[in-house]
Amino acid sequence: MSVFVFVETFEGTANNVSWEALGAAKPIADAFGTDITAVVFGKNANAIANEAGTFGAAKAIICEDATLDVFRLEPYAALLSQLVQEHKPEAVIAVATNRGRELMASSAVDTNSGLITEATDLSADGNGIQVTRTAYAGKVLQEMTVSTDTKFVTIRGRSFAPNEKDEAATIDVSSVEPVLSEDEIAVKVESFDAEVGKVNLNDAAIIVSGGRGMVNNPKDAPADADDKEIWKAKDGYATVIQPLADTLGAAVGASRAAVDAGYIPYEHQVGQTGKNVNPDLYIAAGISGAIQHQAGMRNSKLIVAINKDGEAPIFKISRYGIVGDLYHVLPALNEELKKRLGK
Amino acid sequence: MHIVTFTRSTPDTAAKVEVDGSGAVTWGDAATVVNPWDEYSLEETIRQADAVGGDSTVIAVGDELHSDSLKHSLAMGIKNAVRVNADGLDVTDSLQWATLAAAAVNNIEDAQVVIFGKEHVDVGSDQATYQTARKLGWTMLSYVSEILELDAEAGTIKVEKTLEQGKQIITAKLPVVMSVLKGINEPRYPSFIGIRKANKATIPEWTPSDLSVELPANSTNTDAYKNPPARDVSSEIIDGADVAEKVAKLADKLMEEKVL
Repeated sequence: MSVFVFVETFEGTANNVSWEALGAAKPIADAFGTDITAVVFGKNANAIANEAGTFGAAKAIICEDATLDVFRLEPYAALLSQLVQEHKPEAVIAVATNRGRELMASSAVDTNSGLITEATDLSADGNGIQVTRTAYAGKVLQEMTVSTDTKFVTIRGRSFAPNEKDEAATIDVSSVEPVLSEDEIAVKVESFDAEVGKVNLNDAAIIVSGGRGMVNNPKDAPADADDKEIWKAKDGYATVIQPLADTLGAAVGASRAAVDAGYIPYEHQVGQTGKNVNPDLYIAAGISGAIQHQAGMRNSKLIVAINKDGEAPIFKISRYGIVGDLYHVLPALNEELKKRLGK
Repeated sequence: MHIVTFTRSTPDTAAKVEVDGSGAVTWGDAATVVNPWDEYSLEETIRQADAVGGDSTVIAVGDELHSDSLKHSLAMGIKNAVRVNADGLDVTDSLQWATLAAAAVNNIEDAQVVIFGKEHVDVGSDQATYQTARKLGWTMLSYVSEILELDAEAGTIKVEKTLEQGKQIITAKLPVVMSVLKGINEPRYPSFIGIRKANKATIPEWTPSDLSVELPANSTNTDAYKNPPARDVSSEIIDGADVAEKVAKLADKLMEEKVL
């Protein structure tokens, strides 16, 4: 009857966004008059469960088995579904990460439960859970209710605050066996390359994005460059955007126009056919602010725009703007912020 | 082998979508387009079906609105199209949607691969994709950025997945359901002849009884749509004699706002 929170692990450490799910679960558990059970699979699950205890979980169910070390949907869903069937939790809550999405959707089918995804606000009245989320690429708010016996909800990252950490808290941990053995799992992971993982726009507290304006690099492209525009824009991301991002500990974003023009890989795209982000600070440089881009970043807490064109729509949704050439403004801003931040 | 894909009609990406006085979602006179993520899954379906010498079918689950996206898919080069509809279907309820979607796939002979786009922009979710795979009992391969090998004879597939933490190379046995990412291919534009042919096509409609399933009860309920609160921004353009003064002022503001 508890409220389950799925705590994600990666190579033996917790994914910190999962603490936000514990924060979101607290008022839900209170409304149902119950406590929170952290569900942790994979390497180091016991230590991670104890960490979950300091963030508000009263109990934990863990499974440390080699089949669960690298996330695969089949063994994870089989085990989560079995635990839901055995324990009949009021709710299962996870963050809408790559894995959280498919795991929760699959277990909801297995247990014939309703699932609402990417909640930005939650409440419960003892029967159902009411969820606010967005639809139509962030253009419309949708209010939904789920009231099946177990209610599955994923939350959008950076939308809920974690519970205050209590180092003295203890947790009641129980260990279970996996449901599937290795030869019952059809999917095999052949290799893994962490390079693109460095982009990580979803967790970023600060994002510095460059758009079509990246092409106005005053530097001359070398004579042997295949495409001079692409060279200029790429050089701009490397020499103007990235240094500012490094100073701020920020992720690098881009507009669709920049991605489609081949200036930067797709992993960086923010907007309707890219990532939907909500950082504390979003710096948009050389981005005009098409409605498709706004859909993916308008929920950022503070937006700063730098654009040559004072009429660009991005300024209308920005708190602060500088009308000017990003190739002049960003390096100067970087030097100024380095001084302020003592870097 | 038969490769199956899904699509739906969604408002043009540049359309202003809002909630009207009656609480309905509207996009005025704006046209609908193929769900933007589906351009890539449609293209990949055409390519993979060609590569294995197989058949291809596109399915839409929902009302008449979605016929346009099916015609667009045919014009691109998908060989067959079908629309699945049911009285009382709530397309925002993923379990209902996935029940019909899975039943439709089961109704197609020799279907072994289903390809979805990354998400459905109207309902703002991808959950129905995973739930269709689960209803079918097939292996789910999500976030596929490249299909490295589809071996119809051996019944195996090898793909590259792009996840938050990095890229994975995965092998699995058919049948599989996939979701593919933008960038997996360069979607084609429908040809003039393709459009003419598609416009003449009659698209069959399947009902739950044709598929021998019953529409399950709602597992979730959409209570209301609302317009997001207007973004409370008083925009301030930072002035100054030169760039140095402007960035110094901006840095002051950012320190004050405590976002650094």
